[in-house]
Amino acid sequence: MSLSIFALTGAALVGIGIYGLLAQAHLLRRVIAFNLIGSGLFLFLGAAGSRGIGIDPIPQALIITGIVVALSASALAVTLVVALARATGRATLPDEETPR
Amino acid sequence: MSAALDIALCALILGVGLATVVGRGVFRAVIFFITYGLLLAIGWARLGAIDVALAEAAISAGLTGALLLAAQGRLRTMKTEAEPPARARLPAALAGLSVACVLGWAWFALPVDQAPDLSQVLPESGVGNPVTAVLLNFRAWDTLLESVVLLTALVGVWMLAQDADWDAALGPRFHARPNGVLANFGRILPPIGLIFGVYLVWAGADDTGGAFQGGTVLAAVILLAMMAGALQPPSVAHPVWRVGLVLGPLVFVLAGIAGALLSDGFLTLPLTIAKPAILTIEAALSLSIAATLALLVIGPPDDQGQDA
Repeated sequence: MSLSIFALTGAALVGIGIYGLLAQAHLLRRVIAFNLIGSGLFLFLGAAGSRGIGIDPIPQALIITGIVVALSASALAVTLVVALARATGRATLPDEETPR
Repeated sequence: MSAALDIALCALILGVGLATVVGRGVFRAVIFFITYGLLLAIGWARLGAIDVALAEAAISAGLTGALLLAAQGRLRTMKTEAEPPARARLPAALAGLSVACVLGWAWFALPVDQAPDLSQVLPESGVGNPVTAVLLNFRAWDTLLESVVLLTALVGVWMLAQDADWDAALGPRFHARPNGVLANFGRILPPIGLIFGVYLVWAGADDTGGAFQGGTVLAAVILLAMMAGALQPPSVAHPVWRVGLVLGPLVFVLAGIAGALLSDGFLTLPLTIAKPAILTIEAALSLSIAATLALLVIGPPDDQGQDA
């Protein structure tokens, strides 16, 4: 019961993250949305790994690895956003300055 | 009762997650994201995954939050244009909704496989915490490559420095008011964090904790000391820091090669020396993780950058 709640929450978080990634133009907000997708998937995987006897350590280890890799990817992405803003004065991609 | 708690917690996670994405203002989104990470850590604790809960709170909420806050401050001082309004809402909502529905369907459609029972092989790993056993023994390859991913990301971040700043100290310049809140916390918290971080690494062999959680706490200590002015950020070429950055992966690779020469293959640890070997690798890895994560969050050398 509880596991399904967490798994469905994870699925919904992935959906929310994809919405943010597509709908928001500000690049920092896209980095945040990207992180939401990742953590939603982790939650889904963690719940799936808990269906046996107690929580399975293998998905746990994979998730911890994933969290650290997500941080390093975010750090690189955020630095790219700051470099872009320094070069162009904008924190959005060039073809997305005006809402369609 | 516990189901009600889980439902309330998940509703909070979803609400805060939604506010992160659709709320107005980048600053508010960052604050909501930090709250979201902490709520999610409670969720992990509810699932019984305490190691993940610690990693989520320290890395996702803590360090990613600090990273985003600093970047938001940098963008504001650069006076970038106001945030454009969200666009293409309906197609984006449909895309998100359909992926969420497919995942939800998959949860009920996928067969429930019995997870492999690690308790049979756990005594062969040399440590008592199954997550540490997986990270540093059974699936050590993943962890070795992960530590290299961290280094690669740091090199990528440094590549984005401007030529004129290359020899300067890393990160923007921090200004902490003497005797202000930050300067005081910068003196009081690092010793406590240092003890807690080292404890998490040590305890991780048999109990909750581990190199990543402990290393992250140590990274937070380094960051706080740098922001409070108690520790000068190094330059890119600083030799001691460079040794610290590669020490963990280096010890890991050497242990792997030793396994290939003396035991069954690359990264295999014979039971007799498994525990001391894992503790040695973890100690070196924690130092490198702490240094790498702190420098990732501090960012490339940036002399023009103001206090973030």
